[in-house]
Amino acid sequence: MTPAAILPLVVHDLCYEIGGKHLLDGISFRTAAGPRTVVLGPNGAGKSLLLRLCHGLLQPSAGTIAWAGTTPETARRCQAMVFQRPVLLRRSTAANITYVLRLQGIPRRQRRARMMAVLEQAGLLPLAAQPARVLSGGEQQRLALARAWALKPQVLFLDEPTASLDPAATQAVEAFLDHIHRTGTKIIMTTHDLGQARRLADEILFLHHGRLIEHAPATAFFSNPQSKEATTFLEGKLLW
Amino acid sequence: MDDLRAAFFTALGLMVGLDRDLVAIVCLSLSVSLSAVGLATVLALPLGAAVAVWRFPGQALVRILLNALMGLPPVVVGLMVYLLLSRAGPLGTLGLLFTPTAMVIAQCLLVTPIIAAFTRQTVADLHEEYAEQLRSLGVGPWRTLWTLLWDGRFSLLTGILAGFGRASAEVGAVIMVGGNIHRVTRVVTTTIALETSKGNLPLALALGMILMLLVLAVNTTAMVIQDAARRVYG
Repeated sequence: MTPAAILPLVVHDLCYEIGGKHLLDGISFRTAAGPRTVVLGPNGAGKSLLLRLCHGLLQPSAGTIAWAGTTPETARRCQAMVFQRPVLLRRSTAANITYVLRLQGIPRRQRRARMMAVLEQAGLLPLAAQPARVLSGGEQQRLALARAWALKPQVLFLDEPTASLDPAATQAVEAFLDHIHRTGTKIIMTTHDLGQARRLADEILFLHHGRLIEHAPATAFFSNPQSKEATTFLEGKLLW
Repeated sequence: MDDLRAAFFTALGLMVGLDRDLVAIVCLSLSVSLSAVGLATVLALPLGAAVAVWRFPGQALVRILLNALMGLPPVVVGLMVYLLLSRAGPLGTLGLLFTPTAMVIAQCLLVTPIIAAFTRQTVADLHEEYAEQLRSLGVGPWRTLWTLLWDGRFSLLTGILAGFGRASAEVGAVIMVGGNIHRVTRVVTTTIALETSKGNLPLALALGMILMLLVLAVNTTAMVIQDAARRVYG
């Protein structure tokens, strides 16, 4: 049974504070299925926090996160997240995939076939029997992506997925991401890399000091930023 | 010096000659200690992991208790099990006193806190690394336990070996609940105690060397397996 659609996501007046410090303040936006959403901003802007709040890993101090017609707990089962450093199990590459397939209740007979299909799409099939932890950084991140994709999520969150990777590995990850996007999964990712944002984004959420400064289609944002902070950031200057 | 030389040759003679009594004593020692460690592992692994991962009231107290119980005096455990299993005790009808089973029970009680405390530390460290990802994947509390235990299997082996070391080395508990009966409950450590009190020092020393060799052999095998597996699995 296909689960009901959880998009669009509507965030209203989202706040997150720790020890009196407002790390996220008054964030409101709406994002629908389709466009790849990139959360852009300098380090410390609150991008990772925003993702973790939307994915339900953290509870907001104030404000609401509303997934279409369902609770955040149910919505989480239709989402997946990939972190900057891939957290892989101390097992083989193949076992990392079958682990999540088993989580989903896929019968044993079908697990192997689906695991191989996923690994093949990720370009990791030759490495199936290798321990996941001896793979290179790029291969590990592709495996983490493959594992997330095996869950068939409606929304895939990615927190700086290529920040620790070399250009070749970054290219491989972006290509896989493109495929995931084309199969219908909504991508919401953070990056501080302008070049990557230009390559991948359809829609930009620009954060600075925990506030949402701009929310615009990518072409509009890059050609005609509306705010001083965005302009400074796009010029490659340091922003604090 | 003479005693040491005599001990060395006595030990060699016993081992090479596969002395029947020695073989029986060694086999009983191994079977009691390995059974106790096996049973303790089954109890301690989930216990240690649960204390590491789950949040419940009094968690800090349980942690302190686990660490403190690692230093449980063997004679106290022996006394407690003796009282439980003696004819006047609550489990007296089972007739387990002065049997190898009683020795297994006593050693298991001694060893469980050690393995549980090691497990708690190992699993807590792993949990720090895995927690966010497992929550993202929607892994429930029980499955989280088994996932962390399996992924920490190589580090957990160190705790299990520490437990085996304690079990094979102890004499206080097994002598109280086993009675050191010839051919029934006499193990290497209790024989050493007996032979020393009889003044038969070369034999006692020889048995001591054999015991250390045994423990060394088990530890070396486990370490070799652990290192090889770690190199493969990372």
